[in-house]
Amino acid sequence: MDLKSLRQRGEFEWELPMADAMRVPGVIFGSRELVAAMDEKVREQVANVAGLPGIVEASYAMPDAHWGYGFPIGGIAAFDADAGGVVSAGGVGFDISCGVRTLHTGLKLADVEAHKARLADRLFARIPAGIGSTGGIRLDAAGMAAMLKGGARWAVGEGYGLDADLLRMEEFGCVAGADPGAVSEQAKKRQRDEMGTLGSGNHYLEVQVVSELLDEAAARTFGLAAGDVVVSLHCGSRGLGHQIGADFLREMVLAAPAAGLALPDRELACAPLKSSLGQRYLGAMRAAINCALANRQIITHLARQAFAEVFPGVELPLLYDVSHNTCKEEAHTVDGVRRRLFVHRKGATRAFGPGHLELPREYQHVGQPVLIGGSMGTASYVLAGAAAAGRKTGEHAFGSACHGAGRAMSRHEAARRWHGRAVVDDLAARGILIRSSSSRGVAEEAPLAYKDVTAVVDAAEQAGLACKVARLAPLVCVKG
Amino acid sequence: MNWETFAHEADIGVRGTGRTLAEAFAGAATAMTAAICDPAKVGSGETVKIACAAPDEEMLLVDWLNALVFEMATRRMLFSHFDVTMENHHLTATAWGEPLDIARHQPATEVKGATFCELVVRREPDGRWLAQCVVDV
Repeated sequence: MDLKSLRQRGEFEWELPMADAMRVPGVIFGSRELVAAMDEKVREQVANVAGLPGIVEASYAMPDAHWGYGFPIGGIAAFDADAGGVVSAGGVGFDISCGVRTLHTGLKLADVEAHKARLADRLFARIPAGIGSTGGIRLDAAGMAAMLKGGARWAVGEGYGLDADLLRMEEFGCVAGADPGAVSEQAKKRQRDEMGTLGSGNHYLEVQVVSELLDEAAARTFGLAAGDVVVSLHCGSRGLGHQIGADFLREMVLAAPAAGLALPDRELACAPLKSSLGQRYLGAMRAAINCALANRQIITHLARQAFAEVFPGVELPLLYDVSHNTCKEEAHTVDGVRRRLFVHRKGATRAFGPGHLELPREYQHVGQPVLIGGSMGTASYVLAGAAAAGRKTGEHAFGSACHGAGRAMSRHEAARRWHGRAVVDDLAARGILIRSSSSRGVAEEAPLAYKDVTAVVDAAEQAGLACKVARLAPLVCVKG
Repeated sequence: MNWETFAHEADIGVRGTGRTLAEAFAGAATAMTAAICDPAKVGSGETVKIACAAPDEEMLLVDWLNALVFEMATRRMLFSHFDVTMENHHLTATAWGEPLDIARHQPATEVKGATFCELVVRREPDGRWLAQCVVDV
């Protein structure tokens, strides 16, 4: 991205001034190097989002932003229904509520090393992963509706996990306002056999070790110590979310002219919040968030079973669960006024700072855990949502932070450069065990196909979005 | 070859070309299979009928690819050959394929849906048709 078109607000904050149809400025967080390396399309997409009706404050992009469709991946925008604001199916994307959950194991690296291969095999056997995999649960119509309404709370009620798990999730495991009736029969059919499946592509379950503490006090609050073994899983709302995305993108594109919305890019497909279509989308999208929460809860249960086979009596309590592709109704202070806003986070994490009432009580003095996935060969990070001292709102970008490393090269290029077998062998030589049914899938997800996650989290911290707490190194990766 | 995949930063583009619009749509569908696995490894023992309609040709390409995504996901199949007929933004097609076999097909990723990104359906100056978009994987 040409930095000359941006006005530097701080070392890690860049403003895209208002021009043409923009209603608010754009703001891109990141180091000079990260922002300069972003595609020009990111700037174009940040500007396009800034032109949507009812947008509040700014169109934001995180340090890991890259070229998406409609919104950049790593894009954040909030809309006010009373100011003609919109909700955008493109602004949420296909993989609704794709997110990361991290579990403690109570084990140390030395406990796990000798049993690593067996643990990898048991996890791979227990957790359905990859294209075409099916779960052990078949939902009838009533069960589907109950799941879409209840989220992880439904899953716990069905025996997948514990009530205590729900305390360590956004919205405590269940988003209000889900409307199963707004979800198409096609979307429900796609989900029927996919509960408790990991998916494919960049979805994974990793066994990791806490390799470095970056804030000891915050780490203690999150229950992390050096050498601890944890489990992180990355997956979303599966076929149901994908179909809801496709259904509503189409409907919003077709309905836009009648709603008076001139879209510079059809992927910005949106509808007024105060419209029947906008409300139906919110109901369906919230159902998909609950589906993702239920899915991660079932996979948690399966991971616990696999661990118990290798380490009898072990418990895997939650550290936290975050969602990436969402639109959530939240209260934020803008220019000193408290407003209800619909915050779109496309490839970005909610990252509420200390004192926020939506956080588990035990985390409130530290801020929300922000779980950042890296690639299977590098590192992941645990951050804590930061209070933005000195800002009128007390927060940055509506309390948001980055979500991962972001790709540095296309799948196309990665598959051309590497062979899956060689990637698996290289990682095994470094003590990282990969289990995957697809060699090409592993090649497309090769560690070097991703940006340097450390540079991304450093920039997120320097920009004041979140504070680094701990670094996690991979031991075992089950690839979707 | 009347199809290819093309690079996108996070996902994959699919492109079909042909003497007719229908051939280009069939090529885009083969390219979508190629985003998942090598189409040459996919047999053609089973058929699925598909019909869709849209207000314009670009929306029809998205609908066609999304219909195939739905059939692949719910039938757990992959497709290798397509016979497409088009008239006035109405599409009818037969897709030949077989059940997914992880070991033999080695699928890299599933396709979540077809997007409006890089979506182009047009007749080129040489008279051939081109149909393309990015698919989310």
